[in-house]
Amino acid sequence: MTQHLASRIFVAVAAACALAAPLVALDGQPGLHDPSTVIAENGKYYVYATGNGLPMSISDDGWTWRRAGGVMQAVPGGKPGADVIARGGNNSWAPDVIRVADKYFLYYAAPGTQPKAAVGLLVGKTLDPNSPDYKWEDGGPVVWSDGVEDSNAIDPGVFRDPTNGTLWLTYGSYFGYIRLVELNPKTGKRLYPDRKPVNVAINSEASIMIARDGWYYLLVTHGSCCAGANSSYNIRMGRAKKVTGPFLDNMGIDMLQGGGKLFLGSGDRYVGPGHFGLLDLGDGVQKFSCHYEADLDRGGISVLDIRPLLWRDGWPVAGENFKTGTYEIESARTGTALEMAVQGVPVGGARGRGGRGGPPPAPGAAPPPPPAPIPAQEASQVSSNWPSGAAAVRLSPYMLQAQQKWAITALADAGGYPGSPFFRITIAGTDRALAATPDGELAVLPAFTGAPEQLWRIDQLADGTYRVMPKAVPNSKEQLALSAVGSSMPTLARFTPDSDRQRWNLRKP
Amino acid sequence: MNMSPRMLVRLLLVAALWPAASAFSQLPAARQEGPAVPRPPAPSLTRPVTPAKPTGADGFIQRWLLLEPIRVPGQLTEAAVRSAVEKDFPVTATPLPHDGDTLKVGETELKWHAVDTLNYNVNLYHFAYALNKPTTNVLFWAVTVVNAPREMSGVRLAIGSNAASVWWVNGSEATALYNDRQAVIDDGVSKRLTLKQGANVIRAAIVNAGGATDFCARFLDANDQPIKTLTATLAER
Repeated sequence: MTQHLASRIFVAVAAACALAAPLVALDGQPGLHDPSTVIAENGKYYVYATGNGLPMSISDDGWTWRRAGGVMQAVPGGKPGADVIARGGNNSWAPDVIRVADKYFLYYAAPGTQPKAAVGLLVGKTLDPNSPDYKWEDGGPVVWSDGVEDSNAIDPGVFRDPTNGTLWLTYGSYFGYIRLVELNPKTGKRLYPDRKPVNVAINSEASIMIARDGWYYLLVTHGSCCAGANSSYNIRMGRAKKVTGPFLDNMGIDMLQGGGKLFLGSGDRYVGPGHFGLLDLGDGVQKFSCHYEADLDRGGISVLDIRPLLWRDGWPVAGENFKTGTYEIESARTGTALEMAVQGVPVGGARGRGGRGGPPPAPGAAPPPPPAPIPAQEASQVSSNWPSGAAAVRLSPYMLQAQQKWAITALADAGGYPGSPFFRITIAGTDRALAATPDGELAVLPAFTGAPEQLWRIDQLADGTYRVMPKAVPNSKEQLALSAVGSSMPTLARFTPDSDRQRWNLRKP
Repeated sequence: MNMSPRMLVRLLLVAALWPAASAFSQLPAARQEGPAVPRPPAPSLTRPVTPAKPTGADGFIQRWLLLEPIRVPGQLTEAAVRSAVEKDFPVTATPLPHDGDTLKVGETELKWHAVDTLNYNVNLYHFAYALNKPTTNVLFWAVTVVNAPREMSGVRLAIGSNAASVWWVNGSEATALYNDRQAVIDDGVSKRLTLKQGANVIRAAIVNAGGATDFCARFLDANDQPIKTLTATLAER
């Protein structure tokens, strides 16, 4: 456990020093370890992490992050309360945060010589350090482990049951069990302090719960942390019909016996994901946060990421943030594809039906060579008749034609939204840019200018389809989304989560 | 159009204006292009007998004036359709026709017919076949007057057509569909527009190359729901 402590401290320091690393996942200063749930207040996003004073990061858009000091700076005495230190220790790790009514409850681990540890509570009115109301009051220890029992009271995860408003805390690490206690929503402290905590999982840490459609999901992190690219951290889960479990994985194995369906492992350029947190943006758009033990594009430091949260067959699925590429944009409502409204040209040029294989070769003659492949249609082949000015946009059956293929490109220094930068959407091979118009409709403009109505936000939805929104619509304060009206008409309209109108499949052409 | 709304909203008792023939399909044989063999009535079309036709439960406009088909090359690309539509009939400059009016296109005199459709769509094949008129490589014109109980902004004209079609609302082009296609409900939808209180003139040109040909049209509100409070009438003579 001493090694564990030293490793976490090292990772936190290394993350803080790597502020100018190449920007691949989140932008700005995403280096941190053991992040809390990302939480929003007044349009800004906040996350807290392991480290001296509980380091805090803030983002104005969810994409570009900056370090913003530590939580303990706003706590009387500048450190955990005396009771917390007495029950646990003087460190501050792996916090989690939740808003309940008009208060924020921030839980953090205060380990001593593990497995002696405590989870402390801080209570605040606002997350904004610039607010005159900003301060954190010590709420004392909530749960603790005495160093002998089968528990290591670190890594708190707080959960509000959406079905009845009850409040719950899971905590624990590899020494013993992941445990569950009920909290008082008014105070943030235990509701029944004399009741024995419920054991819900084992061999894991960084636990937290979410709920959906009558199921409770317990997400934990398995594997080892704090060793850079040698960390085997991975996020696993089970589900239960009751908040107290039993939480079974996809094979029916109880998480109390080590079960856990994989939610997210290493991939792409990231090693060791852990510390799941739900970021529900409303309108059915859900994201999750985690950290990677090693971001290979940032020299292997630990970084925060925010990714789409999808659902399939009753289980959460880790989505991927949208990537630059060329796509067909297909309406889930109609199955027709977004295109610039010009007369299409058949791929390969107009031709008849053909000979359906042609006549059979004469007896003894060599068979004819197979027909030559038809190359993909490029804009340069067919654009001579396209209008030089603005063009309308419509939906048509996808025919692999140039006016139907869109280059969707992530933009640097244009801002973003939780997990992603804004994109430009242009006809592939051209600078003709999709734009929102002042009448709430769409047009393809001759060139990309970087104006807000040409910047696009692309959120993957729970079913894997996408919501596509301009950053702004001229003369409008409404947030509108790309929408299909009928089979052939794209427009912009308020997003309606229960409809296919604003759901789009983005496919490789 | 330059016609005043007041003129347009005054309703016409269509039956009183109907020409000598008392049923839609019973046209004088001498006026028919095809063999002078009587054909059965168009099964989906009837002659209007009421002053106004409310839009149906799904909002479809079911009363129209249809012009007998104009022969065209039958090409359905955007360029070909626009050429056919603009060649003989500059729509925005043409007075609103009346039931029984005739129009000379080239050497052919064509007649306007008032119809109510029994279905959500207007079956142009039924229309032309019953008149012994061609159904292939043809251009149909359709006109109606939609009466709105109040000004309605943010609405959309939603149409389907077999095959290509171009549509105007109060003289402004609203939507168009090109290439060979089936008539699918809400296939083509206009941008947001405003219906005036009272009369609003809807015109359509439908080009068919071969086979079945029909169209359907309705208005959608700001939530994409069909507007059911409109009525369709025909222009007063």
